[in-house]
Amino acid sequence: MGEERATLVLAEVTSSKNITGHTLELMGLGAKLAEQDQGRLRALVMGSGVGMAADELARHGAEKVYVADHPSLQSYHPELHLMVLKNLLAKEPFSILLAGHTSMAQDLLPRLAFQEGCGLVTDCVGVDMDVSSGQLLFHKPIFGGNAIASFAIKSLPRMVTVRARVGEPPEPSLSPGEIIYLEMGDPVETKMRITGRVAEERQVRLEEAPVVVSGGRGMGGPEGFQLLNQLAEVLGGAVGASRPPCDAGWVPSTSQVGITGKVVAPNLYIAVAISGASQHLSGMVESKKIVAINKDPEAYIFKVADYGLVGDWQEALPVFTSKLKECLQERG
Amino acid sequence: MELRMVVCVKQVPDPDGPPSSFQVNQETKRVTPQGIPPVISPFDENALEAALRIKEAVGGYITLLSLGRGFSKAVFLKAMATGADRLLLVEGNSLDPQALDSWSTARLLAAAIKRDGPYQLILTGRQAADTNAGQVGLGIAQLLGIPSISLAQKVEVVEGGLRVERVLPDGYEIVESPLPALVTVSHEVGELRYPPLPAIKAARSLPQDSLRLEDLGVNLLGNLLQLTRLAPPSRERTCVLMEGESPEEAAEKLALRLLEDKVL
Ligand SMILES: Cc1cc2nc3c(=O)[nH]c(=O)nc-3n(C[C@H](O)[C@H](O)[C@H](O)COP(=O)(O)OP(=O)(O)OC[C@H]3O[C@@H](n4cnc5c(N)ncnc54)[C@H](O)[C@@H]3O)c2cc1C
Repeated sequence: MGEERATLVLAEVTSSKNITGHTLELMGLGAKLAEQDQGRLRALVMGSGVGMAADELARHGAEKVYVADHPSLQSYHPELHLMVLKNLLAKEPFSILLAGHTSMAQDLLPRLAFQEGCGLVTDCVGVDMDVSSGQLLFHKPIFGGNAIASFAIKSLPRMVTVRARVGEPPEPSLSPGEIIYLEMGDPVETKMRITGRVAEERQVRLEEAPVVVSGGRGMGGPEGFQLLNQLAEVLGGAVGASRPPCDAGWVPSTSQVGITGKVVAPNLYIAVAISGASQHLSGMVESKKIVAINKDPEAYIFKVADYGLVGDWQEALPVFTSKLKECLQERG
Repeated sequence: MELRMVVCVKQVPDPDGPPSSFQVNQETKRVTPQGIPPVISPFDENALEAALRIKEAVGGYITLLSLGRGFSKAVFLKAMATGADRLLLVEGNSLDPQALDSWSTARLLAAAIKRDGPYQLILTGRQAADTNAGQVGLGIAQLLGIPSISLAQKVEVVEGGLRVERVLPDGYEIVESPLPALVTVSHEVGELRYPPLPAIKAARSLPQDSLRLEDLGVNLLGNLLQLTRLAPPSRERTCVLMEGESPEEAAEKLALRLLEDKVL
């Protein structure tokens, strides 16, 4: 691309108004991609009271940070957030638009892509440059993770939603970038109205837990998950599940790990009574170490695990938990 | 006025098939299903279930719309038999699901809906089980210029429009919208009901129409993505199995091994 075009990272903020860890990773990835486009990396942050987040972005490699700061942008609204992006794209040409594969971007980016007539790759697990063609290739799982497809995007900007842990957080930059507040204009009438929100409290967020203990259909009911809770507590981790326990209501549906649930990559993932369907693997296969406990020696989960125990969880789990508890207490 | 609904459904190889049933051909860049039947993509089934519940609550007329080639009659009959009213197929040799990207697919579906409409409510699955892209539903709405709500776990038609519970990472939100609108449906809605056998037989006599690519206007085939490579996933590891006289013994060994290897 000879043209002067920058890479734009779509930033997201936490409830305490810092940029998310996922956004920082995108800044790292964006810096790498931008190098191929004269090294210009920019970021956009939308929200209410997001000045601190803008500063953080300016100190992490953004040459320019666009800020859309308005009370109406406090939480995500499809029409309002789309309008901000549309207006920005009308003013500035970008070669790449990088977002996380988050709840917001999964909704916003398809809208934007179709609005602009741009190609979009969602749920991207890797990006690299094809040396022979000079094209950027975006890799994503298809067929529930049974194949990995690599796409080139023929339109500009190339739009992509990227999973967590694909990029690495960059070093803080020596000279912070410029912060540009976008003109917000008068509030507009929206067609859709968000009239309520119901959120549950979680002690440890699944995506951030260092250890995730997940149960599957073979747990047989909510009682089995008590044992998993105990194990998670001993290990300072969080409890997840494959889809059947969520569908059956044994655990909250927000516990689902997989291609249509949470994507996790903890230091240790313990899969109990989970067979290892591709759709589940897609959400945990990047974990550093994987332990599988299953009574079926042929279960596919053993093929992707580092450690395996063939047996009934009802017999194995109590001993496993108490032994770990004992040893970890001794270690202090 | 009767509520006119269209549910977009895609035929895919059964995603519940074991990993070995998805053969990845790197040469042709195609996935060839081995020994698994075609099914309606599961989230599209959830979308149909959402439509059926709306029909039960407030009445309505449901058209099932599918785009592709090599359709299985049995698959669509079974879906129709759950309580849909009409089938509309857009079929053609060039409509290979593995060759169309989200942009092409949504443009074709939007054109078919526009030609066949008007509709008050369009329902799709949150994403297809083959492409896993999650773009087509929202794309259709954008192209038609109507409001859209993604990831529904509950859809109701109420006075003045729609009330949708939309799944969030830590719960859900309630979104209200006027009609016409499009909703993409998640599995939390619930599984598609099973049709009784006589209903499957009776479904043969339900109205069925078809459209060809030529009917939709030209220049709708034009991908923005180019598939350059297709590879099998590299996810397998070497597993150390814990041996023991009993599961208890193996469990104790596993605990000690994890500590020894500094995994914990
Ligand atoms: C489009 C689509 C999206 C999907 N998204 C997801 C997703 O995001 N996440 C997800 O998890 N799934 C998802 N699924 C479902 C997925 O395909 C599988 O059906 C699901 O993951 C299976 O869950 P499971 O392993 O718990 O159950 P099963 O496959 O039924 O396995 C149960 C296992 O428990 C073992 N077991 C039983 N009893 C015991 C015992 N007493 N002790 C030890 N082991 C025991 C059995 O040997 C078996 O291996 C999706 C499916 C589709 C079609």
